[in-house]
Amino acid sequence: MTEAQLQRYDRHIILGGIGIEGQERLLQSRVLLVGAGGLGSPVALYLTAAGVGTLGIIDGDTVSISNLQRQVLYTEDEVGRQKTECAARRLHSLNSDVCIESYPYMLTADNAEDIISGYDIVVDGTDNFSTRLLISDTCERLCKPFVYGAIRALEGQVAVLCKGKATYRTLMNAMGVNGDTPNPDKSVVGTTPGVIGSIQASQVIQLICGYGNPLIDRLFTIDLTTLFSFTIDL
Amino acid sequence: MQISINNTLTDTAAQTLQQLAEELSLPSKGVAVAVENQMVPRDEWSSHTLSQGAHVVIIKAACGG
Repeated sequence: MTEAQLQRYDRHIILGGIGIEGQERLLQSRVLLVGAGGLGSPVALYLTAAGVGTLGIIDGDTVSISNLQRQVLYTEDEVGRQKTECAARRLHSLNSDVCIESYPYMLTADNAEDIISGYDIVVDGTDNFSTRLLISDTCERLCKPFVYGAIRALEGQVAVLCKGKATYRTLMNAMGVNGDTPNPDKSVVGTTPGVIGSIQASQVIQLICGYGNPLIDRLFTIDLTTLFSFTIDL
Repeated sequence: MQISINNTLTDTAAQTLQQLAEELSLPSKGVAVAVENQMVPRDEWSSHTLSQGAHVVIIKAACGG
């Protein structure tokens, strides 16, 4: 680690669970974020700030005005522009040490295995059941952990899938949904993905550094109207 | 019998999870149910017996991002 990196990551280095060894692991890690929207914004910002080595971002969308209520990566003058391009610029200005790899298109059955195989961990920033299923099936096949997150209005969920026995199919079966189920509720307060995306980023850092008890085979849920939260064994 | 549903004490006549789902008019799809922090597969709802003081959590399917 360089002198500049020792200074930049000082608050990690003095933390018991990370230290110099954990920071070295972060700097060498390769994380893929699928979807750079409400969840993807805090995930990308916190992982870039934390100094992951490479952050891949896949998203085929452009920024729209209705995104700005929750997608804190973007600004008004970026409306109409490619999200991956805007995200890369913002993240590079936050931490130029991090290599940002952009994929300005959607994850599909044709490209999923090629893209995901180049990363250590995949983080969920998607907005539909079918892409999550595609990520989970691919991660299960390639033995890559999938840090799942999803939001609905004032509620959110996080789990680490494909690392133990549970996959997204486990969760879908429990919920009684499948890849064709439409989004049941698009309403959301901007802070919901802020909370859930931050927990996902926290899980990624935890998995890379190896501290604590990450949500492997467990589903964390929170209701922001009551702040009641539950951790359910899958 | 009194049970807790998402941290709220609730009186119920249901003996099984399936009866509770009917009593609460839960949709047939789009919700998961856990008892004592353990997810209960949907095909086990009818055989899962509820006991006094059970901690039930109902989780709505979510796919926003």
